[in-house]
Amino acid sequence: MTEPSLLTPVLSANWDEHQPWTLDTYRRGGGYDGLRKALAMHPDEVIQTVKDSGLRGRGGAGFPTGMKWGFIPQNDGKPHYLVVNADESEPGTCKDIPLMYANPHVLIEGVIIASYAIRSEHAFIYVRGEVVPVLRRLHNAVREAYAAGYLGKNVLGSGLDLELTVHAGAGAYICGEETALLDSLEGRRGQPRLRPPFPAVAGLYASPTCVNNVESIASVPPILNKGVEWFRSMGSEKSPGFTLYSLSGHVKRPGQYEAPLGVTLRQLLDLAGGVREGHRIKFWTPGGSSTPMFTDEHLDVPLDYEGVGAAGSMLGTKALQIFDETVCVVRAVLRWTEFYEHESCGKCTPCREGTYWLTQLLTRLERGEGTEQDLETLLDVADNILGKSFCALGDGAASPIQSSLKYFRDEYLAHFEHGGCPFDTAASTAWASTAPASTGAGAHS
Amino acid sequence: MSTDLGMPMPPAKPAPPFPPEVRARLEVDAKEVIGRYPQARSALLPLLHLVQAEEGYVTGTGIEFCADMLGLTAAEVSAVSTFYTMYRRRQGGDFHVGVCTNTLCAVMGGDEIFASLKDHLGIGNKETTADGVVTLEHIECNAACDYAPVVMVNWEFFDDATPQSAKELVDDLRAGKHAVPTRGARLCTFRDTSRILAGFPDERPGAVDEGGAGGAASLVGLRIANGTQADEPARLTPARRPPTEDVAKDAPASPSSHDAPARTAESDPAHPAPPTGPATDQDGDQAP
Ligand SMILES: Cc1cc2nc3c(=O)[nH]c(=O)nc-3n(C[C@H](O)[C@H](O)[C@H](O)COP(=O)(O)O)c2cc1C
Ligand code: SF4
Ligand code: FES
Repeated sequence: MTEPSLLTPVLSANWDEHQPWTLDTYRRGGGYDGLRKALAMHPDEVIQTVKDSGLRGRGGAGFPTGMKWGFIPQNDGKPHYLVVNADESEPGTCKDIPLMYANPHVLIEGVIIASYAIRSEHAFIYVRGEVVPVLRRLHNAVREAYAAGYLGKNVLGSGLDLELTVHAGAGAYICGEETALLDSLEGRRGQPRLRPPFPAVAGLYASPTCVNNVESIASVPPILNKGVEWFRSMGSEKSPGFTLYSLSGHVKRPGQYEAPLGVTLRQLLDLAGGVREGHRIKFWTPGGSSTPMFTDEHLDVPLDYEGVGAAGSMLGTKALQIFDETVCVVRAVLRWTEFYEHESCGKCTPCREGTYWLTQLLTRLERGEGTEQDLETLLDVADNILGKSFCALGDGAASPIQSSLKYFRDEYLAHFEHGGCPFDTAASTAWASTAPASTGAGAHS
Repeated sequence: MSTDLGMPMPPAKPAPPFPPEVRARLEVDAKEVIGRYPQARSALLPLLHLVQAEEGYVTGTGIEFCADMLGLTAAEVSAVSTFYTMYRRRQGGDFHVGVCTNTLCAVMGGDEIFASLKDHLGIGNKETTADGVVTLEHIECNAACDYAPVVMVNWEFFDDATPQSAKELVDDLRAGKHAVPTRGARLCTFRDTSRILAGFPDERPGAVDEGGAGGAASLVGLRIANGTQADEPARLTPARRPPTEDVAKDAPASPSSHDAPARTAESDPAHPAPPTGPATDQDGDQAP
């Protein structure tokens, strides 16, 4: 049995308190103490502290946050910008939204510290539009922070001037990609930019810009407040610290589990009460739909950047979507592929055309009208997208296809042997009776 | 794919401007929005939300207004507005009901919920009920997978939905009752919601504090760590769905003093919104 003490709530520590989204509650728990410590340091020291902590970006790629801040050229005479990526739209990902809803001030405190470090006088939070409750809390928290002197002119008497603008997007997954986000924030269609130049050199309005994920920035105040050693006491050498793991799908207690990097799904499932009664895990994503799927063979993979990478996937957003044996993998992959087709921004041919053809092929396969040759074509198209697209959305589209064919080729075959999908869609619903349903071609090869 | 790409018909002549008093009011708002950014064009997305708040969808008039405020052409503004899925291209209902049918929600029952709502309301994807109250749409992952299956109304969360709870929800909306989200505040209309998206805080007293810190799923890890987790599934059972309040539909005070959007948009007579009958969106759900 996994000990509850495995969990390390930091960002989520105050969520069960009275109105944790208010400045009062946040301050009672030591909120804005990290900022005071940061403002007493030289900005370069703040960057060094974040570098020393080993904090890695929580937006998916795991790039070291302090190093990214260090890339911002100093004394270049240009304005610098901090842009928080709160677009959270990767399928399965559901950590930043509950975080900003329950505890918006930890993000704002992080924004101020980061802006001080990179010498930015204007920061933005780009939040996806489809989450009005979060927008409401952010508007309010920003207003509170201005009133308390944490934002505006001469923050806490430090000489730092900082404006913070909360900006709502308008529905486009691609705007989570950092350069598409910048175009969108400039009032354009959200399409990725060619790199180099990287945003650190020419980002928003062609000025040095740091784009960081919500959880990355929110992790900074506790580091400043409690120290690098404390942060490094959790997780591993290369993936230190705590993080939010989001369990969803066929688990008894889905939700947010804040734990040190490197826990395993087996440990988390144990805490979550296991896969729902009477069923067993079939496949899961370690970090959203764009990360190659895993199976029950991977329950003991350490969920950190190295561990998941070594096992052939990516830690991504730590969105652990759990699917039990009632779920048809072809249906799951088709739906994800339709998502990528819908969200492809159309800028480059491999992704725009490729996702269209993938959807056509998968639709035919799911209906049981495919042939074995179609599987080769599917892989061929995926191969023409992966690594050949302009941005990582295309790579993400190839992931579910390649990984599902690796583990569940037989299930694709079963569709055309069966003349359609052998699964009962009612069996996978949240309200299905707990008795294991007959699963047709359920087992994977 | 049909040849109608779902975009506003190419205007034969420039769309008529907003009536002077509407324009004067919107200009004040627009300038406030533009003032938040180092460069004016960054205000375009919020301004599109703003004109949508005024008219319920993005009309030729709204596009001309944005273009005018930012020194852009109408074509430049249209190119942006048609890229993003949240900007409506035709009039819709007061309540946008979105059912997540991305993979995780779909297998957890989102597909059944969407099918049963289509059947129950007698409308298809992106169509509006004849009474003009509900526009139904299937949506992508809304970052609430731990509450799957998820229904959004005017982009507030109705977590752990079932076909039954979703049908009751739309019935309540159509009966003028206020439905209470599991996370979020009392619903306001689609247009009021668009105004919040434009960056104008929700000024209804208490709205910020409604909805708590999150449901059981948000808190489960913390509660296990604290030893306060009850040994029941975190998932909300339909029976524990929050009650609906019996309040008149227009009860909430308008968000702010300068927010008194005209009820109907007469600004684009050449391209009137379809009458309240089901509006079929022939473009299906084409990518941006
Ligand atoms: C298609 C696509 C969508 C993305 N969506 C998000 C997102 O919603 N939030 C996010 O933080 N990063 C997202 N990213 C990653 C960002 O490009 C970027 O790497 C990240 O914001 C950097 O922040 P970090 O260094 O703090 O992790 C996305 C990337 C791609 C290719
Ligand atoms: S890979 Fe897809 S989303 Fe990325 S630039 Fe190309 S078309 Fe756009
Ligand atoms: S899949 Fe529905 S909210 Fe994520």
